[in-house]
Amino acid sequence: MSPGSLVLVILLAPLTAVAGCQLVRSPRFAEYLNLAASVLVFAAVLWLLPVALGGPYILLRGYIIVDALGAWVLLSCSAVYLLASLYAIGYMRARNEPQRLRRFYALLAGFALTILLGPLMNNIGVYWIAIEFTTLISTFLVGFEKTREGVEAAWKYIVIVSAGISLALLGIVFYYWNASLHLGPSFNLTWATLRFVAPQLNPTMALTAFLLVFIGFGTKVGLAPMHTWLPDAHSEGPAPVSAMLSGALLNTAMVGIVRFIHVTDAVRLGGLPRTVVVVIGALSLAVAALFITRQTDIKRLMAYSSVEHMGVMTLGFGFGGPLGLAGALYHMLNHSLNKSLMFFGSGTAMHAFHSKRIGRIHHVLIAMPVAGALWLAGAVAITGAPPFALFVSELTILRAGLAGPNAWAVYVMLVLLVVIFVGFLNHFRAMYFGESAQAAAATIRWRPTPSERIWCLLPMWLALVPILVMGLWWPSAFTHYFNVIAAQLDRG
Amino acid sequence: MFAAHIPPLAGSLFSLLAIVSLLLAFVMLGSRWLNAYLGAFALQSWLIAVLSAAVAYYGGYPELYGIAALTALFRGLVLPYLLLRITRRLNVDRELHERLSPSASLVVGALLVVFAFVVANHLSTVLGLGGTVAVLALTAMLSMKLIGFLMLVVRREVVSQILALLVIENGIFLGSQILVPGMPLLIELVILFDLLVVVACFGVLVRYLIVHAGTTSSRELRRLVG
Repeated sequence: MSPGSLVLVILLAPLTAVAGCQLVRSPRFAEYLNLAASVLVFAAVLWLLPVALGGPYILLRGYIIVDALGAWVLLSCSAVYLLASLYAIGYMRARNEPQRLRRFYALLAGFALTILLGPLMNNIGVYWIAIEFTTLISTFLVGFEKTREGVEAAWKYIVIVSAGISLALLGIVFYYWNASLHLGPSFNLTWATLRFVAPQLNPTMALTAFLLVFIGFGTKVGLAPMHTWLPDAHSEGPAPVSAMLSGALLNTAMVGIVRFIHVTDAVRLGGLPRTVVVVIGALSLAVAALFITRQTDIKRLMAYSSVEHMGVMTLGFGFGGPLGLAGALYHMLNHSLNKSLMFFGSGTAMHAFHSKRIGRIHHVLIAMPVAGALWLAGAVAITGAPPFALFVSELTILRAGLAGPNAWAVYVMLVLLVVIFVGFLNHFRAMYFGESAQAAAATIRWRPTPSERIWCLLPMWLALVPILVMGLWWPSAFTHYFNVIAAQLDRG
Repeated sequence: MFAAHIPPLAGSLFSLLAIVSLLLAFVMLGSRWLNAYLGAFALQSWLIAVLSAAVAYYGGYPELYGIAALTALFRGLVLPYLLLRITRRLNVDRELHERLSPSASLVVGALLVVFAFVVANHLSTVLGLGGTVAVLALTAMLSMKLIGFLMLVVRREVVSQILALLVIENGIFLGSQILVPGMPLLIELVILFDLLVVVACFGVLVRYLIVHAGTTSSRELRRLVG
């Protein structure tokens, strides 16, 4: 199939799901329709991966780009969408609110649609709008529980992210203004155009514009110190939404940052822009380490872990070079899978213990033997312990950093990763072991039906197995893929 | 660059419109009344629509006439109307617990404008456009941005926060009309539409806040910390 028809499938499938959820009144139909859409999207993205190697393909009069970087990000986003759709069936059924399911799945499919749009956008202005739309739809998913905390989180989310992303719009106007001095007053500002004109841009102006877009899209990625919306939004939404926010949404915003970093490489600015990126990445790790060690709420713990991993990825992209880029891209996929697993585990634990407080959760393995074991394995993986894939990608990023001019950040990263490892797993120690096992068994409130059990467990297995396999074996096809991405980015 | 070769009359007109828009941002900053914010915002949007039309006339960008009409319609009428509906639903008509009194925020706002001017002047000079209307456009753009952020920080009522975001948007729109009038039509149209959706979403959220949180002041929204 041509890249055009694959893109059409990727975008039409969730759109159909949105429409179907509105039209048909059955909640069962809505959940299966959304699931079918996510399967279709995932299959189309798998097909798109090899096709994109021959790119970049420019479609729809220059508004859509299909390149290897976009396809890779789509892979991690669509995988999370698929896992979240599977998990949502069990999780949302257990909440026992069938009358709200249609609305939930319509919003979820709409959210997926906006997420999938981002990496495909070629026009920088339209990319900005796609990112803005992800905020608008996900706000209602964050506030879906309609609790006081949920609405508070939704409000803070939309205000902080809208304000932050307006900085990115200002940066894009600056790029356009500066480029218009060389290209004439009217042109389409695409990634390729910007890359083409980059050597002629004024360095001061290009640096100002880069800082604005980096801070702007960095707000959406959840980099410290702009991360303040992230723990609220991730902790208050239903678990599948948290997984989508963390595993898919943040990646969509990260694409823009990666593309802007590579555009800025072509401006004669020296190492300053990349140093800024590395500093912000290291700061995110530091902030995450502080909040992870003192956390009392499981979902906020996972949210701060997202800040940490976005920091790790930002460090990888900031270090650059073939190794840094490969490590960061590998980490993106690994983190998406692993963080979905973690949020699914916390969702199941929340159902079982009726609380998000770490202090109220005891003896998880008695309450939920299989899900608990998977969750624990995920916790070991997400802290970067071998044999899981995040260990490999973090090691690759560390190696990339040592070769570059910002080697200091490698040592900072190492120390902070150790702190996070200890802090994060200490919470799991408290939740898995503790005083008396009999008392814990008495506090369990949730007895899932067999079908709920399967829907909740299947996505956890599907997330854990690839992380384990990819930790033991880095496919050479991936290396080839990352090299093509690097080549396409530097060619513009 | 369009701003470098325009007749002096057009230059003065653009400057006047930019300065008055900036002054209207100060009107918002110096008032406690939500209705005053709303009026100032509507007037500011109308001025920006006039600016678009003026740029269309002097710069020879006929498509900007359409943008001017849409700006007047959406930013000048529909958005203020939607916001008016939101304020009617609240039972507050003024800021009660702002973090910084209006007079103090005026002083801070003035300092921000000075800072914006320094940055704008430097950026225009490095691009070889020092002394043109570009400096003023950039100053107005950055000042409105900073004033919007200041309002977000010091004001607590939800309507003030929405308006602060809209002032930021207005600033970017105003600046981009003068600096990059050739920006593709599609982008401007979608941004206008986007703004409409943003305000609609805010409207729904405000209703949620009233029903589920029982407050419309960010002062009360402090459950989620740490």
